[in-house]
Amino acid sequence: MTPVLEVKNLSTHFMTRRGALKAVDDVSFTVGQREIVGLVGESGSGKSITGFSILGLVDPPGRVVNGQILFNGDDLLKMSPAAMRTIRGKRIAMIFQDPMMTLNPVLSVGTQMIETVQAHDRVSRAEARQRSRDALGLVGIPSPEERLDSYPHQFSGGMRQRVAIAIALLHRPDLIIADEPTTALDVTIQSQILFEIKRLAGEFGMALIWISHDLGVVAALADRIMVMYAGRIVEAGRVDGVLTEPRHPYTSGLLSAVPAAVPRGEPLRPIPGFAPSPLSRPSGCAFRDRCARATDICATEPMLEIAAGREFRCFHPHLWSAA
Amino acid sequence: MTNMLAETMPLVEALNVSRRFSRKLDYAEKIANLFGAGLEEKTVHAVDDVNLAVYPGEVVGLVGESGCGKSTLGRVMAGIMAASGGEVRWKGQPLTSLQGEDKRAMRLSAQMIFQDPMSTLNPRKRVIDLIGEAPKVHGIVSGGEMRDYVAALAERVGLDPSYLDRYPHQFSGGQRQRIGIARALAVKPKLLVCDESVAALDVSIQAQILNLFMDLRQEFGLTYLFISHDLGVVKHICDRVVVMYLGRVVESATPDELFDNPKHPYTQALIRELPSVADRRRVFTPIKGEIPSPLHPPPGCHFHPRCPKAFDRCRVERPVLKENAAGHVSACHLNDLAVHQTTNATAEPAI
Ligand SMILES: Nc1ncnc2c1ncn2[C@@H]1O[C@H](COP(=O)(O)OP(=O)(O)OP(=O)(O)O)[C@@H](O)[C@H]1O
Ligand SMILES: Nc1ncnc2c1ncn2[C@@H]1O[C@H](COP(=O)(O)OP(=O)(O)O)[C@@H](O)[C@H]1O
Ligand code: SF4
Ligand code: SF4
Ligand SMILES: [Mg+2]
Ligand SMILES: [Mg+2]
Repeated sequence: MTPVLEVKNLSTHFMTRRGALKAVDDVSFTVGQREIVGLVGESGSGKSITGFSILGLVDPPGRVVNGQILFNGDDLLKMSPAAMRTIRGKRIAMIFQDPMMTLNPVLSVGTQMIETVQAHDRVSRAEARQRSRDALGLVGIPSPEERLDSYPHQFSGGMRQRVAIAIALLHRPDLIIADEPTTALDVTIQSQILFEIKRLAGEFGMALIWISHDLGVVAALADRIMVMYAGRIVEAGRVDGVLTEPRHPYTSGLLSAVPAAVPRGEPLRPIPGFAPSPLSRPSGCAFRDRCARATDICATEPMLEIAAGREFRCFHPHLWSAA
Repeated sequence: MTNMLAETMPLVEALNVSRRFSRKLDYAEKIANLFGAGLEEKTVHAVDDVNLAVYPGEVVGLVGESGCGKSTLGRVMAGIMAASGGEVRWKGQPLTSLQGEDKRAMRLSAQMIFQDPMSTLNPRKRVIDLIGEAPKVHGIVSGGEMRDYVAALAERVGLDPSYLDRYPHQFSGGQRQRIGIARALAVKPKLLVCDESVAALDVSIQAQILNLFMDLRQEFGLTYLFISHDLGVVKHICDRVVVMYLGRVVESATPDELFDNPKHPYTQALIRELPSVADRRRVFTPIKGEIPSPLHPPPGCHFHPRCPKAFDRCRVERPVLKENAAGHVSACHLNDLAVHQTTNATAEPAI
């Protein structure tokens, strides 16, 4: 089966006064049909810009400077703006952390949804309204018919995010890119949304890229996980493997830093130091000045290694017994 | 420890505290009104008749979802916002009765640390002044000693003292949080009210700041009211956890008790739905329904529209906090039912 998405050697840079800021630096990955992939990493590591690059939403001074983004085999980077507009929203949809990025505060939810339907499909207003109502129902909004006439501010934060998800679902896209959509929500509401998303992705056969800095959320939701550091994917693989037997020292550092990793009340174990400024990353492995395993060779670029369904960039990966 | 605490006087105590806001229409709502939305101003019961005592040296966690009134309660207890009903006591004295020097001393003794330190750091001031101004004004240090005093504090919270002449925008989120902490410590507080102080930070930076909070507690004899929506964090650092739902306290216990033996159905749901790397739960069993708006809180138990165990009484009568075990209280009508069932069970054979 061909993958839904194949990103090859993607680099997106921001041209700043102090030089090129490599927000995304030689990133490659694929997303299979119906696959849920989690993208994790510290803030500033390039997660959102990876998502924006796929959708052609990077604004100047940012620019995709290299790579291919194959969507069902076609390179999105070679498409005309008009062709891209038909794909965006219809075949690939994005859900943002702040649902108000999607919603217009002065239009009723119904009006916005109907417009979204009619932007891509030539259907009557009545049919578009029907589809909008069904979509609200699917994401668990009670009395969807009445809610179509409500304005965004009349919904709670969790409901607004559901509306944004309903809009993303209107055209049953092949791929949804969700950028920290539950980070601002209460765990009980987050859990409802994860539950619905997982169910709907399965039902409609959609693939999902779920961006998050919460390893717990990705552990619960995703099939595969990609860990980003300083603009690069430093480790990727099945969730079970990566989170139980991380190969890259940064991945294990993240896992050890959460409160649950130490007995209650004992000092936590942060990764020493800070993520480097994207304008002055160390040469070679960017994790070098924070890594307990670093040796001289780490001053050169670690290549991507692929072994047993796992990918990582590290000269001294953790070894796990095959037991 | 509980007994010992029970005999000392709380450092700060909320007695039947309420805080109401009359909510004005915001810009989007005014515009919506132009389109016929017909919205009116309403009263929000952000905090509704809450009792909470914080004892010297304790770390009390305050958890609950967005909008349930955590920050409002924190501000009222720190004395920077007035209660609309009830009373806050500082070392036994009602805040409203404090005058002159006592009032000033209390204000300095309770400091808040926010989620986004930028919002409270004046962008046009250098770090040296941000941290050093208040202790100078309040006569804690002289002008001549100020730089050394600030440098020592900066060092203590993990900021390079050579950065003291920089402006806040030149720092990362974690560093700004350290500036906020140093600024609070500079006036020698007794109580720190931390409002989502680590929420915006990445796990690794979060771990650094949490370690700092724990070290400072020992060193400076601090008491904390630690507001967070992150149960994992609260469980780790708190001596006692207080759960709020829609303006009310619904449960309070030690972290071990609360996580092993939650009594309130809302607490049970919170703990069950907490995502964790360790247990890779592939199924979610969310509780149904939305968090109701504090503009129209449901009658009786605020949780009843979402509660899987709700029964008739829950729809009409507000449950009060009752002790389930030593130091463990919860507000749920099931508490009474359990008692009834056991008394009935033992009483019946005799009849
Ligand atoms: N100044 C204000 N004017 C009007 N309403 C307010 C004001 N401050 C808070 N509220 C309302 O009071 C309620 C409780 O707010 P509060 O900020 O205490 O919540 P919180 O529990 O801290 O939430 P979060 O987790 O999002 O910080 C909310 O409904 C909020 O909209
Ligand atoms: N409009 C912009 N101009 C300049 N730099 C940007 C812009 N947007 C993002 N960046 C930089 O690109 C890098 C990656 O950002 P982002 O993808 O948003 O990170 P993440 O989503 O992982 O937190 C960061 O260093 C960020 O500062
Ligand atoms: S390449 Fe070297 S510095 Fe980088 S993570 Fe691996 S061991 Fe550490
Ligand atoms: S009082 Fe009733 S509705 Fe409220 S939590 Fe208890 S059982 Fe549920
Ligand atoms: Mg982002
Ligand atoms: Mg708050």
